[in-house]
Amino acid sequence: MSDVAPAASPMLNSVPPTSGQAAALERTWRDPPGLLGWISAVNHKTIGKRFISTAFAFFIAGGLFALAMRLQLAKPENGLMGPDLYNQLFTMHGSTMMFLFAVPVMQAVAVYLLPLMLGTRSVAFPRMNAFAYWIYLFGGLMLMTAFALDIGPDVGWFAYVPLSGPDYSPGKRADFWAQLITFTELSGLLEAIVIVTTVFKLRAPGMTLNRIPLFAWTMVVTAFMVMFAMPSVMLASTALIMDRLVGTHFYNPAEGGDVILWQHLFWFFGHPEVYFIFLPGLGFLSSIIPTFARRPIYGYTAMVLSVIATGFLSFGLWVHHMFATNLPDLGKSFFTAASLMIAIPSAVQIFCWLATLWTGRLRFRTPLYFALAFFVILVIGGMSGLMLASVPLDVQVHDTYFVVAHLHYVLLGGAVFPLFGAIYYWYPKFTGRLMGERLGRWNFWLFFIGFNVAFFPMHLLGLHGMPRRVYTYGAEMGWGTLNAVSTFGALLIAASVLCFLYNAWHSRSHGAVAGPNPWGGGTLEWATASPPPACNFEAIPVVHGRDPVWEAGAEPTHVAGLSVESREALVTTVLDAHPDKREAFPNPTPWPFVSAVATAVFFIGSIFTPWAVVWGTIPIGIATTIWFWPKRRETAAHLALERAP
Amino acid sequence: MSTSAIGGGAARPAGTTREASMQRRTEGQQAVRRVGAALDVAALPSVGFSHRSLMWWGTLGLMAIEGTAFALAIAIYFFFQVHAERWPYTTPPPALVWGTLNTVILIVSMLPNHLAKRAAERYDRRGVWMWLGLCLLLALLFLGVRWLEFSALNVRWDTDAYGSIVWTLLGLHTVHLVTDTWDSAVLEALFFTGPLEGRRYVDVSENAMYWYFVVWSWLPIYAVVYLAPR
Repeated sequence: MSDVAPAASPMLNSVPPTSGQAAALERTWRDPPGLLGWISAVNHKTIGKRFISTAFAFFIAGGLFALAMRLQLAKPENGLMGPDLYNQLFTMHGSTMMFLFAVPVMQAVAVYLLPLMLGTRSVAFPRMNAFAYWIYLFGGLMLMTAFALDIGPDVGWFAYVPLSGPDYSPGKRADFWAQLITFTELSGLLEAIVIVTTVFKLRAPGMTLNRIPLFAWTMVVTAFMVMFAMPSVMLASTALIMDRLVGTHFYNPAEGGDVILWQHLFWFFGHPEVYFIFLPGLGFLSSIIPTFARRPIYGYTAMVLSVIATGFLSFGLWVHHMFATNLPDLGKSFFTAASLMIAIPSAVQIFCWLATLWTGRLRFRTPLYFALAFFVILVIGGMSGLMLASVPLDVQVHDTYFVVAHLHYVLLGGAVFPLFGAIYYWYPKFTGRLMGERLGRWNFWLFFIGFNVAFFPMHLLGLHGMPRRVYTYGAEMGWGTLNAVSTFGALLIAASVLCFLYNAWHSRSHGAVAGPNPWGGGTLEWATASPPPACNFEAIPVVHGRDPVWEAGAEPTHVAGLSVESREALVTTVLDAHPDKREAFPNPTPWPFVSAVATAVFFIGSIFTPWAVVWGTIPIGIATTIWFWPKRRETAAHLALERAP
Repeated sequence: MSTSAIGGGAARPAGTTREASMQRRTEGQQAVRRVGAALDVAALPSVGFSHRSLMWWGTLGLMAIEGTAFALAIAIYFFFQVHAERWPYTTPPPALVWGTLNTVILIVSMLPNHLAKRAAERYDRRGVWMWLGLCLLLALLFLGVRWLEFSALNVRWDTDAYGSIVWTLLGLHTVHLVTDTWDSAVLEALFFTGPLEGRRYVDVSENAMYWYFVVWSWLPIYAVVYLAPR
């Protein structure tokens, strides 16, 4: 009854691997050449690099939107732009930074790094990973195209109804915003599944739950939060677009709908979202600090529990974005308490890092500078956060620049500074060369000073009553000087980012050659070449502690017996990482790309006609079915390796 | 390396009891051997059901996401209801007959679904084909009745907020039904034409788990759509 004959007896790897095995592994795991190969790529490092580059491209776009706003606000009654463009700019800035940069870039770094840190050859579901990237890219391109055509959204990054509803936002602008959400949340949700499955099932033998690198812990907690929070905003934005396009009444009070519902649904996602951005930032710090303090992290277990506690608590905070609504005061008090409580796990982590730094032998390199900036900036942001958690103060400064200052201190301090540190830290792993240290210092100091010059004055502006989202202000308000200072800070940040871009571009070919472990790090990504071979590890390592590179020597050292001619990886048990099963991974294919194109047609088409929801499913169904349908040759290769339990 | 072509449909004794699974686990650990500095995993199985399969984790992730979406949609329903003086606002509640009939069909479909899952776990190609086929027929029947359900809601999506959320609840569930029906149809076709390997039986098993999810998530939605407005 067998319809496919197994392929000839497969070649398995030995320890140490022979050069023939290494060459075969490279052939097996690399992405195919050519244009077709380019869209067929599924290797997690290829997808990860594209994902990171795309996210940084959107970061630059989002930064330019911000710079344009700062130039407009530099002096009172400035005529650089009118209110319509300004509205689009602040919406584009917020939406781009939150949905196209901050959340995806963390998942992107994880997609690249997790298999290397965990000691495996691929992320779980590599084709879905590729699909998620394309969906993200197409969603971002749709938003940018809409903006270029002067139909960019203009309702703010949280698009409150009734402003974004059919009565106050006719035209298609808000629809593009709603579909941006659909694109990016679909991508983010799929990546969450990829990340959880990778961390739970694909760790190297011996990497028990108690030995997982802290970055992987932060990503797995983030991924769980994504799964339970993002459906809320997808549902909210779908309801919005249905209100706008097919006449439902979710947010229409005249027919029983409710505008506060939007705020609940949005912030039930939106507050955890802050932690999707913040937790991976903590993971970067927990990777950088031990390496540059040259000692294992202090308080590993407390750190893990704090990350998990933060994940849970972050779901109990959303109403603190809604203190200015008519909710019951008792309910608000609960959210004040929850908001204050989240300071506890955050403080535990900060003290663990301080203990690590205090007792370590510090080596001051650019990644550590960025990590240390976190302590200053995030703590200031955390302080203003504690202030905002109290209802009376929040109501006083609601919708002023005080909130703008707070959120930038938290998000840049908590995520962007650690992210820049992370790029400096792992750039040699991505490219095989180090980024320039001198430009790194310029990058850091311009960013650190520029950031504080740009955002600290906003606290004062907020206290002086300057509302957010105004395209200009009168000279008699007395806000001119502080705004000019702030704009100057923004220019410093722009100069800093230019240093970074030049450094990244120039170091690709001119940086010092890194070797496998330029910083002396302890986690597994430093146990392989820089850049890593297509298969990551020629033999999968066996782990005996939390910092395997620092604890080398125990036997067994590596795994033997995986195929080198077929994409085979080792699946281990969730708790103890016992070897459990060999798993055949899929080959490159263009169908995730085609499916993503079909999905993009469906999403964008539905902005213009509800019928796209009907006919648009047909190409998606066809493309995903061909994607799934097994090829005879691949099946034969798998059958040659197959073994019943 | 020895191979057993389970993908070709070789018979394997039924091993779904707890003892058998314990025995398999021990075998799995024995399959890993120390050879010098190496841990040789060549003898490990390449197929595993339930939590041993990556696909199981992926499906579980989808269920978590979609379960959250259902729960939130139900929360929206009650958010509107608690703020309403009269519920439904102006329209009569949905007629019970089609929704109830569909609930019966869904519950009945769990039996062939269970048998398809069992057949997959025995690598029984004929059994999979037969029981999955029966599931598919029931799913198509269900989708036919679903059409009648929409017409018996007694409200349009654009009548008022009640209509909007009821249509959304039923629509969300229907999307899951349609996708799982399509998945089942593709698997059914694959089990007819091949090429098969062991992991395709895992796919059938995970598809069956997802169908359970679709059925179990229907019961609260049925209660909300049909019983809450009465």
